Amino acid sequence: MSVVPAGRRPRYLADREGFLGPLLLLPAVVYILALVAIPFFLAIGFSLSDVTVGDPSFDYVGLRNFRAVLDDPVFLKALRNSLFITVVTMLFVLVLGKVLALVLVKDFRGKWLVRFLVLLPWTTPVSLATIAWLWLLDSLFSPIDWVLRWLGLLEGNLHWLGNDTLAMVSVIAVQVWRIVPLAAVIISAGLIAIPQDINDAAEVDGAGFWRKLFQVTIPLTAPVMAVATLFGAILVFTDLSVVYVLTRGGPIDATQTLPTWAFFRGIQGGDLAQGAAVALFLLPLLVAMAVLILRSVRKMETM
Amino acid sequence: MATVEVRHLSKQFVGNATPAVDDLDLATGEGEYLVLLGPSGCGKTTLLRLIAGLEQPTSGEVYIGGEPMVGLPPRARKIAMVFQSYALYPHKTARKNIEFPLRAAGMAPEERAQKIEWAAELLGITRLLDRRPRHLSGGERQRVALARALVREPDVFLLDEPLSNLDAKLRATARDDLKQFQDRVDTTTIYVTHDQVEAMGLGDRIAVMSEGRIRQLGTPVEVYDDPADTFVATFLGSPPMNIVERDDVIVGFRPESLLPKGVVDPDEDAVTVAFDVSRVEYLGAERQAVGTVEGFGPPTRAIALLPANVSVPVPAGETSDFVVRGADLRFFHKATGLRAPRMRL
Repeated sequence: MSVVPAGRRPRYLADREGFLGPLLLLPAVVYILALVAIPFFLAIGFSLSDVTVGDPSFDYVGLRNFRAVLDDPVFLKALRNSLFITVVTMLFVLVLGKVLALVLVKDFRGKWLVRFLVLLPWTTPVSLATIAWLWLLDSLFSPIDWVLRWLGLLEGNLHWLGNDTLAMVSVIAVQVWRIVPLAAVIISAGLIAIPQDINDAAEVDGAGFWRKLFQVTIPLTAPVMAVATLFGAILVFTDLSVVYVLTRGGPIDATQTLPTWAFFRGIQGGDLAQGAAVALFLLPLLVAMAVLILRSVRKMETM
Repeated sequence: MATVEVRHLSKQFVGNATPAVDDLDLATGEGEYLVLLGPSGCGKTTLLRLIAGLEQPTSGEVYIGGEPMVGLPPRARKIAMVFQSYALYPHKTARKNIEFPLRAAGMAPEERAQKIEWAAELLGITRLLDRRPRHLSGGERQRVALARALVREPDVFLLDEPLSNLDAKLRATARDDLKQFQDRVDTTTIYVTHDQVEAMGLGDRIAVMSEGRIRQLGTPVEVYDDPADTFVATFLGSPPMNIVERDDVIVGFRPESLLPKGVVDPDEDAVTVAFDVSRVEYLGAERQAVGTVEGFGPPTRAIALLPANVSVPVPAGETSDFVVRGADLRFFHKATGLRAPRMRL
């Protein structure tokens, strides 16, 4: 350390940037290493081995697990379902999130209550919320069926989770319900960031609601909407709880997704190696989405 | 072309104690350039937004071209507005920005292109048309915003402090440009500003506003030479009018009217006062002497502005005789602040 000038306080260890910087970074680094990097490399290791729950000894087997996964007809189905659920969910999330965001930025009585209710699905733990949905979609006692029967639209029961199509509809509906609040909050932040003058200018320039929406509001919030979409897509694409609680991937793999299949294979089936191999198929898509997110963030910064 | 008139117009914002615009009457002439001038918070921008239809009045009427406008959205009012921030659409090129109101009006593409060409030429921005606002300078943005307002050929232009985002040097040229633009376009214009130099230079008439009311409406000469009350007298002018309280009247005189005794012809009707100069600032074209004036009434702080061609020495720290011509004195009632008839001192 340099000589302390007379009359000044001495420099402490925490005054040294070379020490303080790494110290403050440490928690984040430890967190990422322990909860992201180590499991990730462990998964790559497992996927190239024959590790099972019963026999944890590591023997290298090359790409045998990947070949087995690709040969399984369920794989293609799970991949297709994962993509289908994600894309359809995000289409609904975008439209509903945008509408909700437009409502949230307006001033009206009881705004705080609406905001609170809108955010509620997001604050509930996914698995708990999904259990509530499980009851709502019960094959015999579903309140949704009651209402439909009361309206005279339905006789008997729909068996929401027992029918291929309806099970898929149910999974997508719960995913939409869960992601829309997040998207709405992100998009409304983008809406608030539009200067009032620009909205006023559009009105003076003669733009009606739709012209203003498509020519001014949506282009100006496009980067934010991209971020909301990609975040939502990652959450849906990697989600295990909704499908696991609602349908267990059924009926007969009709709603099986990559995460649930990996879980059934690796944890419940005990074949850790194959489970890891299935899970790794998520990686290329997630990397692509992450790149897109970073790009739209950069676009936002330069706008 | 059209006139704008407001009658008994009031706007009370929720949660505010006093109205932003308070029972206000105002009418423009045909093709007139009317400036709303006042300190921030005086309600001038609110008045403009009420005329534009961006705010709805609490009570009162707005007429454009004789038609009642209250309740109609901005797009139904045949107005164009230039905002303080210019409010250009950042994702659109200058051309698309100018085109936007034309598309909204459902104009055919060829006609749109012609209009853009015409407006761009008028404002000298033809070579900038394919740039986005981010790549334009402040002055260029202002021209694009003007072009966007111009292409619609509105009945009325509403300009909300269009020069206040420019730096001082650019502002002078932009003001020149605005003046030329005004002469060529000759459309009724309402111009909001807090800058009296802009107001005096651009306005056919100036409405001096304070606390949601118009304190005086008149030509630049009228509001400067014959202020209706002490607010107008002290708001206009830099430095403002000197004010001396004397019994139940207030005596006012402009700093440039307070002159060393030797400068004024002794035969002229003038009041001689003692001016105790405490500080003299040399400002190039003029000298500004700050001190205490005694003679109109009790000793009061005052400022004298001496043009450079008045070379009489005015040493700081000394008292000398100054005069104000009788014609340069203004009188106000002390109780109301309103203008009082001339009197002899």
